[in-house]
Amino acid sequence: MKAVWIIAKRELTSYFTSPVAYVFLVIFLLLTGFFTFTAGNFFERGEASLAAFFGWHPWLYLVLVPAVGMRLWAEERRAGTLELLLTMPITPWQAILAKFLASWAFLAVALFLTFPAVITVNLLGSPDNGVIFAGYLGSFFLAGAYLAISCMTSAMTRNQVVAFILSVVICLFLLLAGFNPVTDLLVRWASPVAVDTVAAFSVVTHFDGFQRGVIDTRDLFFFLSVIGFALFATGVIIRGHRAG
Amino acid sequence: MIKIENLVKTFGAKRAVDGISFSVERGEVLGFLGPNGAGKSTTMRMVTGFMPPTAGRISIGGYDVVESPLEAKRLIGYLPENAASYPDMTVHGFLSFVAELRGLRGDARRQAVHRVVELCFLESVLGQSIDTLSKGYRHRTCLAQALIHDPEVLIMDEPTDGLDPNQKHEVRNLIRELGKSKAIVFSTHILEEVDAACTRAIIIDRGRIVASGTPDELGRPLDEVFRRLTLPDTVQA
Repeated sequence: MKAVWIIAKRELTSYFTSPVAYVFLVIFLLLTGFFTFTAGNFFERGEASLAAFFGWHPWLYLVLVPAVGMRLWAEERRAGTLELLLTMPITPWQAILAKFLASWAFLAVALFLTFPAVITVNLLGSPDNGVIFAGYLGSFFLAGAYLAISCMTSAMTRNQVVAFILSVVICLFLLLAGFNPVTDLLVRWASPVAVDTVAAFSVVTHFDGFQRGVIDTRDLFFFLSVIGFALFATGVIIRGHRAG
Repeated sequence: MIKIENLVKTFGAKRAVDGISFSVERGEVLGFLGPNGAGKSTTMRMVTGFMPPTAGRISIGGYDVVESPLEAKRLIGYLPENAASYPDMTVHGFLSFVAELRGLRGDARRQAVHRVVELCFLESVLGQSIDTLSKGYRHRTCLAQALIHDPEVLIMDEPTDGLDPNQKHEVRNLIRELGKSKAIVFSTHILEEVDAACTRAIIIDRGRIVASGTPDELGRPLDEVFRRLTLPDTVQA
């Protein structure tokens, strides 16, 4: 566990010693602000909730989370530091977990910095803060699922751009599989059971509950499974490279 | 300390390392010679536990690298090819990070960093970030990293590559000095280094050992021996 902490600490520090962290935070906050208050019609809704805020997260994360995750392994491979890291007395799993947790913590920081939205809505009305908390929790796990997938695609290549694009495509699939306009379209060709089955694999389906304020263990289990699977795949990919 | 038996590594149809065996005891410095692409780096990557071997056994201080990787890795200091390090970190930050990963804490860590900084002449760049360093300093930073836990086994992949003649001389002296108390393997394709630093040398070509012995046993002049034993990489086997 100690090695995980040491590597995670280094990883997190490296975000903040490079401009990456600040560029990301500024863009993330600008975009959440824009989508919530302008595109999301926050003021015209006439309700004290952050629905306009959370509704955009699956789409925002689609681009922003792969941008955080793409460097995780691609950069280590390109710079040759992977060899250094994996010849230290640690297991590959410790390194994978540490890198994932560090960037997840970074995303948590970004998410935390959206607190003015919570203050705003509390000043303007009396929202159900339990629902808002559930929304934040769901958003955090949603980001974790996207991030684990970016981690996996990052391990596949030493090119960050390729890692980014692959990750966006996979996340887009997970998003669209449960996106209402798409499922409505699919129902015309496929049986409702089949459409529901596909939708069950979508992050949108499992994020919905959180947005309504329901913390369902099945939804948590879904996000944790996606994270677990993607990190396991990361391990297999990294082992595969070295096996030749 | 290092014992390697019938080591094989294949990449697809290509046999990069094809049945290499050797052993190195404490107090020995083994020079690993061979043309580019002979399998030197691949062998070292297997010895340090980075790549699993296709076949064969590697034991470091009695620990099998595949079966007990953590115990084996603890005994090894490794300078990889091209001396990779994290460019966004400072020299001090990087060395402290490696010391921590090597299990050194508090005072022990500070002392270890201090010791290697002196050994590798890094005082003047301690607070600089690694990407602003010249190649020689970057190289020495990575060397310092390999020495930080005072390892019993030292594996170095082309430790003098890209250094100027003064730095080459210093690194060779350092290797000879360290070799008195450690088991060292270093690869090179510069033949004069064999005389300058090694107690023993192995020449490999196309994944196989073609000669082994003290520099004197290999024969003189060394470059003629080397050319006779190895094929240029333009020749198909």
